[in-house]
Amino acid sequence: MTAMSALSTNMRQNRGLYGAVILLSIIYLIYNILHPRGFSSAVLIQNANESVAIVFVAMAQTIPVLLGGLDLSVGAVMTLAACIASVLVNGSPLQIVFGMVVTLAAGTAFGLCNGLIVVYGRIQPIIATLATGAIAIGLALFIRPKPGGDIDGDLNWALTNSLWDFVETYGLFDPDAPWFAPVAWIPVPLLIILVFGVCVWLPFRRTVLGRTIYAIGSAEGAAFMSGLPINRAKVAAFTLGGFFASCGGLYLAIQTASGNADITQAGAYTLNSIAAVVLGGTSLLGGMGGAIGSLIGALILRVISFYFRILSIDPLLQPLVEGIVLLAAVSLGAFRVLRVKNRLELFR
Amino acid sequence: MAPVIGATTPLSFGPGASPNMSDQPFLQLTGISKHFAGARALENVDFACKRGSIHAVLGENGAGKSTLIKIIAGVLEPDSGAMFLEGQQVRFSNPAEANSAGVVCIFQELSLVPDLTVADNISLAAPPLKFGMIDRRAQYRFAEAVLARIKCEDVDPNALVKDLSLSRRQMVEIAKAVGKSPKLLILDEATSALTRKDVETVYGLLEDLRQDNVASLFISHRMNEVERLCDTLSVFRNGRHVETFTKGTKTDREIVRLMIGREVDAHFPPKPQAERTAPHLQFNDLSWEGRLKGASLSVGKGEIVGLGGLDGQGQKELMLALFGVLRGVEGTVKVGEKTGAPLSPAAAKREPRRICLVPEDRKTEGLMLPMSISDNLLAASYSRVSVGPFIDPALESEAVDAAIAKLQIKLGSPQDAVATLSGGNQQKVVIAKWLMTDPDVILLNDPTRGIDVGTKQEIYRLMRELADEGRAILFYSTDYAELIGCCDRVAIMYDGSIVAELAGAAINEEAIIGASLNLHASGPEAVS
Repeated sequence: MTAMSALSTNMRQNRGLYGAVILLSIIYLIYNILHPRGFSSAVLIQNANESVAIVFVAMAQTIPVLLGGLDLSVGAVMTLAACIASVLVNGSPLQIVFGMVVTLAAGTAFGLCNGLIVVYGRIQPIIATLATGAIAIGLALFIRPKPGGDIDGDLNWALTNSLWDFVETYGLFDPDAPWFAPVAWIPVPLLIILVFGVCVWLPFRRTVLGRTIYAIGSAEGAAFMSGLPINRAKVAAFTLGGFFASCGGLYLAIQTASGNADITQAGAYTLNSIAAVVLGGTSLLGGMGGAIGSLIGALILRVISFYFRILSIDPLLQPLVEGIVLLAAVSLGAFRVLRVKNRLELFR
Repeated sequence: MAPVIGATTPLSFGPGASPNMSDQPFLQLTGISKHFAGARALENVDFACKRGSIHAVLGENGAGKSTLIKIIAGVLEPDSGAMFLEGQQVRFSNPAEANSAGVVCIFQELSLVPDLTVADNISLAAPPLKFGMIDRRAQYRFAEAVLARIKCEDVDPNALVKDLSLSRRQMVEIAKAVGKSPKLLILDEATSALTRKDVETVYGLLEDLRQDNVASLFISHRMNEVERLCDTLSVFRNGRHVETFTKGTKTDREIVRLMIGREVDAHFPPKPQAERTAPHLQFNDLSWEGRLKGASLSVGKGEIVGLGGLDGQGQKELMLALFGVLRGVEGTVKVGEKTGAPLSPAAAKREPRRICLVPEDRKTEGLMLPMSISDNLLAASYSRVSVGPFIDPALESEAVDAAIAKLQIKLGSPQDAVATLSGGNQQKVVIAKWLMTDPDVILLNDPTRGIDVGTKQEIYRLMRELADEGRAILFYSTDYAELIGCCDRVAIMYDGSIVAELAGAAINEEAIIGASLNLHASGPEAVS
C-alpha cells in the first residue's frame, strides 16, 4: 500500500478532526489579522492562558463520551480541584509540589469514584455524574465558602507567560542564551496543553484499556464476545476524566491566583466541554473521535469568544453565535443517516 | 505469506500435536442439557469431535445447534453435563476463557467492532505490545499476514470495519478467528454472506487446518457444502443428538428423514377447498443489498401463503421491504391496483394499500412496553378514534374494548403497562393493534414464536377467519408444522429468493425441508 493511499485513508477516517483543525486555523488567522496587535507573542500568551482550563475539561469529557456516556461532573471536579489548589499550592517549593500532587490526586480519585459508581452501581453515567457533580460542588464550597485563596506568585507568573519568563523566574539558566531564543517566545500554557495531550492521551489510546473504551462505545456486545476488560476500561475512562478535569482546575487556580466555588461557572464549563467534544469530531454515540479533537474543539469555542472582545460585539450575543456554530458543525455529522438502508437501524 | 510476524503472536496454525493422539476426541460432551424459561433447548446430549476432522452439525430450526455451539464457545453455561478437552474437564464462563483454551467460534452475529480498524479487530483482545502499548506496526503486519492467508489482500488493515461490505466483514471475522491459532474452530453459518470466490478460499483454509490437525465444527444449511467439505456428520433434532455418521454412508433423503420427526401437537382449523383467487399482493424480482435476490410471489385475497425456509434466507427482509422499511429496494410491487412499494410504514398502512406487519421482535418493534395496553392497541390507528386533533375518550375505550373482546386478551385493566402481560397476550395485542387498521394485506413474521400452545391455536383460528373475510395473508414461520397445517400454499426461500412453491398435498415436511436445503437443485433425489 502506498503512503498516499494510507494518508487518504487516515484523512477519511478522521474527517471530523481535520475539519476542526482547518476551522480553527482559519478563524484564528482572521482573528490575528483583525487584532491591532495580532501575530504577537503577547496575544498568543493571553489567548493560551484563557484556553487551558476549557481544553482540559473538554479532554476530560471526551473519554466518557467515547464510551457512549456523558460526564456531567467535569466542571464541578475542575472547580473542586481549583479550590483545593487555592488552599494548598503555596509555601516552600516542596509544599507547592505537594499541593499540586494532592490536587491532581483528589480529582483523579473523584473520577475513580464516578467510574466505580457507574460500573458497580449499574447507574447510567449521566445521572450518576449529575449527583456526584453536586457533591463535588458541595465539597468545593466547604473548602472555600468565599472566593479567595493564596497561590504562589512565582508559580503564577512562570506558568502564565512565555518560556523566557519561566526560565527567568526560576533561574534555570541564562534566558537570553542564543540557543534558547528560537523557543523563548512559546507560551507556557500552550506547552502544558500539548505536553498533556501528547504524553498522556496518545499513549493511553494505544493501550488495551484505551482500545477497549472505543470498542465499548462502538459495539459493547462485540467487545464482550471478544473477551475485552469492559469493567476495568469503564472505570479507567472516568478516572482519566477526573485527572484531566483536575489538571484544568489546578491551572485555573494558578492562573487566577485564587479559588472560587462558582456553581454557574462549573455548569458552563460542563456544557461547553460537551460542545467542544462534538466540535472536535467525537460522536456522542461513542466509539469515534478522541481527546485531541476535543482540544481543538475547545480552542474553537475560545477563539469565538475572543472575537467578541476585539470586534466590541455585545457579549450578550455570544451564546447565540456559539449555538449556531455548534448546530452547523453537528449537522455535518448527520449526513450518515441518509446512507442507512434499513430504517429500523436508525433507532438502534 | 509475509516473512516477518510479531514475535509475541506467532502465526502458527498447527498445534503440533502428534497425529497418533487423534483416536482420543479433542472435544467431548457428556449429558449436556440446557433449558430456557422452561423450554428445552438441549436434552442430555453426548457429542464428540476429533482433531484433523471437519465435522458437520445438521438440524432444522430449533434443533439445538446454536445452543450447542454457544455452550462449547463459552457464551452459555449448560444446566448439567460435562465438557472435556483432550480428556481434561473444562468449564467456560465466557468466550475469552474458551479462546484461551483454543476453542474459537465464528458467530453468525458478527463480533467485530465497527469503529475500529481491521487490524485492531483481528488482534482485538490480545494485541502485540511494546512498552505496554499496542505495537501498531506488529499488529499491522500480523493482520496483513492473516489476511493474506485467507487471500484477502484487498482488505486494507487500516480500513475501518464499518466501511467494509458485509462479505468483507465476514472474511475479517474469519481472519480474526484464524489469528487466534485455534485448536477447535467453530463456523456457525460462516459462509452465508460470502461471495463464491471467498467460499472457495474458506474451503481451502479448512482443508489446510485439517492437515494441521485442527478440529472444525461446521454448521451450514447448505447440503452441497457439507457434502464437499465434511468427513463426519451429526444430526440434531428437537434438542437431542440423533446420530453421528461418516460422510457417504447415508443418502440425502435419509439425512432429511433423520432431521424430521417432530411430534405435531397442534390442531389446525380446516382449510377450505376454494378456488385460487386473483392475486392481490404481487411482487417480482425484489432485490435489496444482497439479502434479497430476485424474490417473486403473489398472494390472493382470502389466501394464507406460508413463507418457509431456514432462518436468515431473506424472509425478514422481504417483509420489511413490503412494509416500506428498507431503502433502495429494486423490483416491482403491486397491491391491488396500486403499483410500487410503499416508501414508509406510514404509507404502507394507509389507503389504498392497507398493509400491516406483525414484526419479528415484539418487544422492540411491536410494542412500547412501558405504555398501557390501550395505548399500544391504538398506536397504529389513532386517526380512527380522533375528533380533529383530539383523541375522543369514548371512541377510544369503545375501540379498545372491541379489540380486547375480539382477540380474547386476558388482562386486568387496559390501563396496565403492556409489559405486565404474558408473551402470548402481548402478541395478541400486537395483532389486535394492526387489525384495528382494517388491513387488506397482513404480513406475519413468525407470530407464534415463544408463545404457549393455547394461544397458538387461537392465532391459527384467527388467521383463517381473517382470510375468510377476504384479506391476503403472508405468514412466515420457522415451525414447519404450522406451515403445513395453516397454509393454502407455501413458498420456500433460500438465499434471498423463492426457490419452491408448494400447494395442496405437496405441502409436507419432507418437501419443505428438502426445498429449504435447496436439495432438488443439486441432488439427484428430487424431493419436491
